[in-house]
Amino acid sequence: MNLVKKAFLTFILVFLYAPIFVLIVYSFNESRSMAHWTGFSLQWYRALLQDTTIMSALLVTVSVAVVASLVSTVIGTFAAIGINVMTKKVRIAVEFITNIPVVNPDIVTGISLMLLFIFFRITLSYTTLLVSHITFCIPYVILSVMPKLSQMRDQTYEAALDLGATPLYAVYKVVLPEIKPGIMTGAILAFTLSLDDFVVSLFTRQGVQTLSTLIYSMARRGINPKINALSAMMFVAVLGLLLIVNLRTDRNS
Amino acid sequence: MKQSADRQILIRDVCKEYDGEIALDHFELYVRKGEFLTLLGPSGCGKTTTLRILGGFEFPSSGRVWMEGQDITGMPPHKRKINTIFQKYALFPHMNVFDNIAFGLKVQKKTRKEIDSKVGEMLELVGLTGYGKRNIEQLSGGQQQRVAIARALANEPRVLLLDEPLGALDLKLRKEMHIELKRMQQRLGITFVYVTHDQEEALTMSDTIVVMRKGKIQQIGTPLDIYNEPKNVFVAEFIGESNILPGVMHEDCLVSFSGRRFPCVDRGFARDEPVDVVIRPEDIQLVAPEEGMISGEVLNVVFMGVHYEMQIQSGPFVFLVQSTMKEEKGRSVGMKVPPDGIHIMRKDALS
Repeated sequence: MNLVKKAFLTFILVFLYAPIFVLIVYSFNESRSMAHWTGFSLQWYRALLQDTTIMSALLVTVSVAVVASLVSTVIGTFAAIGINVMTKKVRIAVEFITNIPVVNPDIVTGISLMLLFIFFRITLSYTTLLVSHITFCIPYVILSVMPKLSQMRDQTYEAALDLGATPLYAVYKVVLPEIKPGIMTGAILAFTLSLDDFVVSLFTRQGVQTLSTLIYSMARRGINPKINALSAMMFVAVLGLLLIVNLRTDRNS
Repeated sequence: MKQSADRQILIRDVCKEYDGEIALDHFELYVRKGEFLTLLGPSGCGKTTTLRILGGFEFPSSGRVWMEGQDITGMPPHKRKINTIFQKYALFPHMNVFDNIAFGLKVQKKTRKEIDSKVGEMLELVGLTGYGKRNIEQLSGGQQQRVAIARALANEPRVLLLDEPLGALDLKLRKEMHIELKRMQQRLGITFVYVTHDQEEALTMSDTIVVMRKGKIQQIGTPLDIYNEPKNVFVAEFIGESNILPGVMHEDCLVSFSGRRFPCVDRGFARDEPVDVVIRPEDIQLVAPEEGMISGEVLNVVFMGVHYEMQIQSGPFVFLVQSTMKEEKGRSVGMKVPPDGIHIMRKDALS
């Protein structure tokens, strides 16, 4: 029985990580070919760093992810705090409305945002890309913060008011520290969602490329080993981020 | 608004509705400066609503609240010189004991020195000297309770509100806290408004008890008044155990129930007025069957520690009797009630 369990686990892990493993290995391949291993080389990494198109797309992607996750975290957190103090009926309705974008297919979100920009005669650009990312991240932040708020005893906030704190001071000193884990989860979720978004980005930007849209357009002309190198680096970066976050939460609890 | 000097808090004709449900119904109450007043009643009687209105967490649907001559009806909680001890303490879990107690002082922008000395003084008051650096989760329920008390008192409130603060503690700790809270209140001279559904707690600590039911006051009085002279069946049943029988008041100091007449000490009833008669179980004396005013048969006996509790059938009525002397089950006994052991209540006092 134990053997079956282990075999199953191994199968799942192989299934999940084999493609990434192959990709990382071939990013060090000397030749262009994905079929033959001709020797170890860092040439694709060198080429990658010298490719200004890819580097500027990386900059766009990372800067959008950073700004969008920060802004959506602030907006989403305060929205959640507001939703939490609504009367039950209103709260359920508002939570339902804010959850719809989460289950909405990306393509619907992307196209509707594009149509909205066009309707208001706003030229698609870096700014519209950023605004779109903030928009689709906010519901996820609300979704991560809400449980922490409902876990918090109502009386904790009231106790701060009772001791003389103004409502704003009470939120800052008592509520925010209490729901911090939820805010952190929301921020990381927003960051990773923005980082690997493709569909929404495809429709809401013009003149700038994110990594995903760039790779998509490059892939149409055949796989370039530089992309293997880039993917390998991104995988390692995200893995690093995840490790840091998990270690932090482990230490806190 | 004029009010007499010792009336620190005045609640006038306050109503509170939640979605059509009436929590407080034309509620009127004053609290004297420095007294220990307890709002007592079953859940849903409006006692917590009253407390939350005093704290500023709820606002009345109509009516006004005054404190020390000032109308505070719509004043937000952070502007009131009133502090609260919440049911589940509501300590700030991300702060240590010191920072919890110092919270109100920091809000007031006190100097570091003032804060240190005040927190030290409060820790000493609640017997937690040396616990400043501890985390809240490291403390027992009783210790958390003490931190909550210290935190509220550090602000030097003129009125302290306590919302069933001992509910989560075990019996022994609760009894210790009864004595300690009373001692603190007397030493600091602060007005305490205490909410509980536990009649024993109310009787041991209060100067004044307000018995509430369905948003209305049933009776206000000292613990002794409330216990010995309950105004109606509800109060009599809620405070302690009692035998309540229908009776008729023939003239001053003469009542009949259980088929015979008894001398009592109550006056001022109409001739042959139907009344409710209250006899506390400890006021019934068990004697030999031929010596008793009423006779009955022992249905069962339960040992309660200090005394025995017995149910005694007499005609259609089952009397509850407490005595340190045990009677055997099935035995015929006589019961005697002294005149001051009989308390008469008007039928129409029931609300």
